[in-house]
Amino acid sequence: MSVEFSAWQLILNGDAALFAIVRLSLAVSLSAVALAALIGMPLGALVALTRFPGRSVLVVLLNAMMGLPPVVVGLAVYLLLSRSGPLGSMGILFTPTAMIIAQTVLIIPIIAALTRQTIEDLWAEYRDELTAMDVSQAGRMATLLWDARFSLLTALLAGFGRAAAEVGAVMIVGGNIDGFTRTMTTAVALETSKGNLPLAMGLGLVLVAIVLAINAAAWGTRVWSERQAG
Amino acid sequence: MRATVSDLPLVLDGVSLLAGATTILDRLSLSITPGAPTLIVGPNGSGKTSLLRLLMGLAAPTAGRVSWGGRTESKPVRRAILFQRPVMLRRTAAANVAYALAQAGTPRNERAVRVAVLLERVGLFDLAQRPARKLSGGEQQRLALARALAREPEILLLDEPTASLDPAATRSVEEIVLMAAQSGIKIVMASHDLGQVRRLAGEVMFMVRGALCERAPAAAFLDHPTTPEAAAFLRGDLVI
Repeated sequence: MSVEFSAWQLILNGDAALFAIVRLSLAVSLSAVALAALIGMPLGALVALTRFPGRSVLVVLLNAMMGLPPVVVGLAVYLLLSRSGPLGSMGILFTPTAMIIAQTVLIIPIIAALTRQTIEDLWAEYRDELTAMDVSQAGRMATLLWDARFSLLTALLAGFGRAAAEVGAVMIVGGNIDGFTRTMTTAVALETSKGNLPLAMGLGLVLVAIVLAINAAAWGTRVWSERQAG
Repeated sequence: MRATVSDLPLVLDGVSLLAGATTILDRLSLSITPGAPTLIVGPNGSGKTSLLRLLMGLAAPTAGRVSWGGRTESKPVRRAILFQRPVMLRRTAAANVAYALAQAGTPRNERAVRVAVLLERVGLFDLAQRPARKLSGGEQQRLALARALAREPEILLLDEPTASLDPAATRSVEEIVLMAAQSGIKIVMASHDLGQVRRLAGEVMFMVRGALCERAPAAAFLDHPTTPEAAAFLRGDLVI
């Protein structure tokens, strides 16, 4: 029996352990995207619309942080949450919550940097019109974020792609505990090193399929809603 | 309330606008008061758009002073502007007007009715639910007019709003502008279409190289220009 065949068997038979892993991975990464969007989008819009000393340094920093190594983020969050760390008393290290926090930190820069670029471009187009309508600073941010909604979907997808694909951060702060904090990526790493290639392959296939499906759905939504809203 | 504050008279006092070493507007002193439409006429590059942006408060003068109803603070209170290519918000036509009403401080419960009235006024009632960006150029310009009128302006500035429209669309825009003028809104409109000047203008401000060359009632300007530049422009010569 070939390795590929066994992998398909696992998926088609609805292996319970496999689906628990898939569910946890999705829950963690989607929560992280939602949180990072709540923080990163207003942050990106704010940087796009304000001028202050040191702004270009911040923009460069934000762009550079898109490439933060997940293991470094994992380590930083680990130090924060470990028993002797400043947030150690919360006791959430090695839980899905810690994994969500780490991934949120990891993708805030991605969403913020892409949002800043999008909003800044749109602001160039909207500036005169919104100034003539006497729109407040908060109103401008809200208007631009709403009117850029289709482009910002790409920022969310970039964030999700990053979160779903990374191993390092969830491995460090989650601990890859079977049935509790094991995600698709950490499981693939583990099963591969154990030589359990069918499960590793199965998980890898599922991971790729999910990322594809989410991107296809987002693309479809974008095309459909752009047709609706112009 | 807003009604007690006025943006008129709009006064320019020794206003110049420079971009680097280039003079865009050259020591303009003028006053705009309620009355028949004023058309700003002049060749391309004579400073019409820059003047309108200054009148709206979108640009600050390099020298001199602009004041609205005696106030020098540029916050647009009772004035609105129509750009040559207005930006449509990525929403329906009705939502575009509702947005302008919200920004102008119209109470939420009055907005739906006002949106309907304004869309009716510009002849877009049937297209209310159409995405604004899917409208034709003429329809977009009329929607932008509805947005501008939503501010209940005392003065409406227009920057060659019909420059890229066909005659039918131009006519419907002009009809809305004339209706606005008749309702007491002061119209200040840039144009380089002399036919349009004849159709709309009460008075003309003729600009050359950023300076106000001649200001006169429309009929007098069109039939008996007093400056050689204006005469040349009316003959169809290139005025540089």
